[in-house]
Amino acid sequence: MSRVATPRNILLVIALALLLVAPMFSTDFVVGFVLTQALLFGVAAVSLTFLSAYGGMVSLAQTLMFGFCGFVIGNAVTEGGSKGLNLGLDPWIGVALGVGLTVILGFLLGAIASRSSGLYFLMITLTFGVIGFYFFGQVTTFSGFGGINQIVAPDFIGEPGEFPERLYYVSLGVSVFAYALLRYLVRTPFGLALQGLRDDPVRMSSLGYNLQVLRTVSFALAAFVASLGGVLFVWWNRQIDPASISIGEILAVLIIAVIGGIKNLEGAWIGALFFVVANNYVRDVPGFDAIGLGEDRFNTLIGVIFLIIVLVSPDGLVGIGSMIGRLFKRDRTGDEPGEGSLVGARTGEEEPGVSAPEGGNSEDD
Amino acid sequence: MSTSALTRSSAKRTAGQWVLVGTVGALLLGAALWILFFATGTPADPLFTDSADFIRTSLNSLTVAGLYFVVAAGFTLVFGLMRVVNLAHGSLYLLGGYVALEVQKAMVGKGGNYSPSDVGPMEWLVPLLVAAVLAGVIGLIIQQVFLRWFQGDDMRETLITIAISVIMADQMLRIFGGLAKDIKWPAFVDGFLEIGEFRYSMSRLFMLALALIVGALLYLWLQKTRTGMVIRAGVDDTRMVQALGINVQVVFGLAFLVGAALAGMGGVMGGSFASLGSGSDGQWLLNSIVVVIVGGMGSLTGAAAGALLLGIVSSFAPAYLPAELTPFSIIFTFVLLAAVLAWRPYGLFGRPE
Repeated sequence: MSRVATPRNILLVIALALLLVAPMFSTDFVVGFVLTQALLFGVAAVSLTFLSAYGGMVSLAQTLMFGFCGFVIGNAVTEGGSKGLNLGLDPWIGVALGVGLTVILGFLLGAIASRSSGLYFLMITLTFGVIGFYFFGQVTTFSGFGGINQIVAPDFIGEPGEFPERLYYVSLGVSVFAYALLRYLVRTPFGLALQGLRDDPVRMSSLGYNLQVLRTVSFALAAFVASLGGVLFVWWNRQIDPASISIGEILAVLIIAVIGGIKNLEGAWIGALFFVVANNYVRDVPGFDAIGLGEDRFNTLIGVIFLIIVLVSPDGLVGIGSMIGRLFKRDRTGDEPGEGSLVGARTGEEEPGVSAPEGGNSEDD
Repeated sequence: MSTSALTRSSAKRTAGQWVLVGTVGALLLGAALWILFFATGTPADPLFTDSADFIRTSLNSLTVAGLYFVVAAGFTLVFGLMRVVNLAHGSLYLLGGYVALEVQKAMVGKGGNYSPSDVGPMEWLVPLLVAAVLAGVIGLIIQQVFLRWFQGDDMRETLITIAISVIMADQMLRIFGGLAKDIKWPAFVDGFLEIGEFRYSMSRLFMLALALIVGALLYLWLQKTRTGMVIRAGVDDTRMVQALGINVQVVFGLAFLVGAALAGMGGVMGGSFASLGSGSDGQWLLNSIVVVIVGGMGSLTGAAAGALLLGIVSSFAPAYLPAELTPFSIIFTFVLLAAVLAWRPYGLFGRPE
């Protein structure tokens, strides 16, 4: 049985404690802008990490799920003066609609993509994401390229900039909830079946598991998590436009997940924090402007970092961290989980295997 | 490659698939009737009252399908042989377009301020060749410098191409700016072909002719030459080809060169047909992916079929939807994708991995 006091859990508790007290020591900008943004993008990215690490499905539709929920809320809660349907509903009803419809969309898109895996899955979900971008750009009934402004958040969150720590704590709570939910789920029979699907789809199929249902349900579940990120996003940004779900943003969520470490759930938040900090503070680093990596060229910088991470450490920053950790302490269970082994037989149940996250059903050798 | 347990089980028709076939059939029949008789209040009139609109829309779908084919052929060639989803394909497309534009500006002169009537045939064809060669070389560099070390780790290769596409997009924005630009067609295709009352854009027909030439050359290359034979064998079984003593690395490099050159060439055609801007890379990446998912990854015939279907959908939907619903036409691309995937998860001409 796994121990509770693993180094991983101790680090998580320390991180949570630091995040809880962070508002006492930081400026409003850091809390309301950097940390809140990192938390909410972490929630979006963790839905991708979950699908990839445990289901072998690298989905590029997570940004669409995130944004779709935002657009639903935008259409539901605004009143006049702004684009969209302007239904003028209560913010909480907006949240229920946003999350509910996003989960339904997740079931639909998941079902369409569920017979594919690996690179096909990646490409199909990418087309979903890009079609979603064009849909909200062209259909002025729901948005149009200008987007929806003046989205109302529930009263207790206050006006933008008024009480930044309130939305920060909400985001922290949602992040903890999403993390705990996913970490719990991957240990349930459902989660174990999902990991079996990742490692050996043919064997799972012959054991009687319905792979398509399994993929569809996990996709809808990831849509649920991403939609929570979408709720936080519109409460934080108070507006949403198609640029929020453009191909650049689709890739940004992927980059966040990969930079943090696509095989660990907590990597999503680490990557998001890294991304947001890099985005906001790189301009202050002397010399970067001179080599063409200044403020305006953030995408080049993040692209280069992403490239280096992919080339050097496919496990991202978490992978680099555990590499350093291993230098100090020999890993008792050994470094290499068995190739193609089913879930957690040797490496502890929540550790995804080392096998590449595509989990395709190739059978060429 | 034998069929696996997974594909065999999907080969028999389930009740759900019959429902699907019925639905798609009913939708197609409905669309046909709509276009024939009822499509009033749409940008194009019903075939029954105005056949010119129908012919024009059909020609539009054929000609734009030609462009889709040229761009997607390179994408599918690289995937079929190397299992690399080159997500920098859209960036190579855009790069080809921008390079051709700069070359054309330099050749025509006039401070970049000219119209198609100032452009001679060479002032379009030379930029086309330069762009194709340059895009091809850059593709080759990407493959040699970054991808060949990770052969077999296809997800990692794909992530690398994503990183490169992000960097290229940002650098092209820096160099060429964010404003949309277009390449000018040469004078000899500027204008209309007139048959009696019917007029049709010469440049679109020229684009189709180019696509047919590219398709024919690709076909001859793949079917009739030794290199093509090796490539086709490599698509089927790379290891066996290697075991026969053929240097597959050379073939891989060549395929990447040709694939990227086709993207660059597509960029020149697309940049003359529409325009080039900072979103064109994503848009054409989407088009290529839809074409190859519908047609089947790695199949040239599939790319042609996928391009034709996407061309039909993307031309007919805006023309025959009621004017107030025109913005929704993107939905039909999604419907095409969903219908094909539900029927054949690996595309019309694709084979299971």
